[in-house]
Amino acid sequence: MAFTRTAAADPHRHLHAQAQWQPIELVFWAATLIPFFLFPKYLALASQIAIAALFALSLDLILGYAGIVSLGHAALFGVGAYTAGLLSTLGWGDPLLGLAAGAVAAGLLGYVTSFIIARFRHLALIMITLGLGQLIHEVANKASWLTGGSDGLQGVRIGPLLGRFPFDLYGYTAYAYSLVVLFVVFVFARRLVNSPFGLALRGIRENPVRMPAIGAPSPAHVRKIYTIAAAIAGMAGALLAQTTSTVSLGVLDFQRSADVLVMLILGGAGWLYGGIVGAIIFMVARDQFSGINPQLWYFWIGLLLVCVVMFLPNGVLGCLQLAAPWRSKAS
Amino acid sequence: MSAPAAAPAQPPALSTRGLSKSFGSLVVANNISMHVPQGARDALIGPNGAGKTTLINLITGMLRPDAGHILLGNDDITALKPHQRVKRGLARTFQINTLFPHLNALEAVTLAVCEERGIAGNFWNSLSACTAAVDEAYAVLGSLGLAADCTRPTRELAYGQQRLLEIALALATKPAILLLDEPAAGVPREESAAVFAALAGLSRNITVLFIEHDMNLVFRFASRIIVMVAGTILAEGTPQEIGADARVREVYLGGARHG
Repeated sequence: MAFTRTAAADPHRHLHAQAQWQPIELVFWAATLIPFFLFPKYLALASQIAIAALFALSLDLILGYAGIVSLGHAALFGVGAYTAGLLSTLGWGDPLLGLAAGAVAAGLLGYVTSFIIARFRHLALIMITLGLGQLIHEVANKASWLTGGSDGLQGVRIGPLLGRFPFDLYGYTAYAYSLVVLFVVFVFARRLVNSPFGLALRGIRENPVRMPAIGAPSPAHVRKIYTIAAAIAGMAGALLAQTTSTVSLGVLDFQRSADVLVMLILGGAGWLYGGIVGAIIFMVARDQFSGINPQLWYFWIGLLLVCVVMFLPNGVLGCLQLAAPWRSKAS
Repeated sequence: MSAPAAAPAQPPALSTRGLSKSFGSLVVANNISMHVPQGARDALIGPNGAGKTTLINLITGMLRPDAGHILLGNDDITALKPHQRVKRGLARTFQINTLFPHLNALEAVTLAVCEERGIAGNFWNSLSACTAAVDEAYAVLGSLGLAADCTRPTRELAYGQQRLLEIALALATKPAILLLDEPAAGVPREESAAVFAALAGLSRNITVLFIEHDMNLVFRFASRIIVMVAGTILAEGTPQEIGADARVREVYLGGARHG
């Protein structure tokens, strides 16, 4: 028609190129090892960033890919944290066991609530997830016999990783552990978004009206990704409980749901890396600004958020993408 | 060519019985009973607001009827969800482009193929490893002349190409019955011929019901015509019959002689 092309596009090569690891990705992951060598004093912060990044990655799978907005994502994070914490108080302090249990518990909660989630969109969904988050928070608050209520969970004792590496004061084990979990989950998520299922999720985000008309059972797809994302959020929660040896009601706070959304939007939703980049910006900014004035640091985050949404609607990564020549050859 | 005399009459590919729908006091479908024979090229015509798109929405399950039944062959599909009806071979296109703006045409059609093959829930294999599905999608795009631009995002395609992509998405579901809601809506007259040429090339195994306002196209492509007025079926018949029908000429054709 109107467009003349010298060569017809090869569909297989095109799809293959889209899913291929880019050199910059390898550079990025290599750079995550830098704190071990250059910033050993900041390993605890680095591990907090890796956990926040994992949490944001989980939100990216539902928001960035399937277009499911959530303001109650902390409910899943918190359930994972309490599960890992509670297990350790009962004597099962093995980190990997707690991690798996956190994933299963949060995944179960995600699966059950996904039947509601899959039926709504937009504002209704924001309100429902917000309500579910508040509800779980209040349940944990009232069930103080189990959770310790506002005093936090007492007696969290985490064993050494793989039976060999105890969690040290400097955070070597904590960061290595969090980073490996983040990377493994990232590779899984990357596979997922490049699969037929990942394409179906983007279809739901792009046009939920068309999906049933091409025979797609959108609610079933939504339930599936919500359950998967919930399990990942639970893993992030479990990691926080284990690396800090504490679980308090803060893991279920609305603030945590809001923060993870802010991180994802800052970095850019729908890239997988957006949540990670956003987590780095957010956590480093909090660390730096709160050193200057602990009361005021959210002022700067708020300003940053407004600017990013106004001027970089696809987040920091979306902006880099436009400038980067390395991606253009793939499209 | 002697057909066995005792063979049961083939049921229509699609039929409705007493289909009714109201929004409050506004009756948009009033006791509609119609049928589309196997392999037909039926046109659904009528003035604006006659309820043609509503009828398609009812047939595809995007609207729930207040009363009545919808049958594919002999099967009652009234209770099925829209995506389940697609699995039964009932596909549609939309009058207003209902596409995936940030997916490219290849991805969009591959998605439809994956859903048809039941592999869209697979989250472990890479999309590019589903070579058969990608090949099939590429073939559908090729048959509509979209292959060369299939890696451009949908929102960057020319409007006429987007109309063709509407059809490609429907074809990718391997329909037995295709409902086309003004397939050439908004397309310049010279390009609408391309859209209808593509439709003329469809296999006769696919039954087609299309809404169209251009009477020249209707009388050229339709084997039968169904005329709707104010939520009811006014007339049903061959182009000759419809062209000769005094009531139709009065309310719709404005007395002009066609066919």
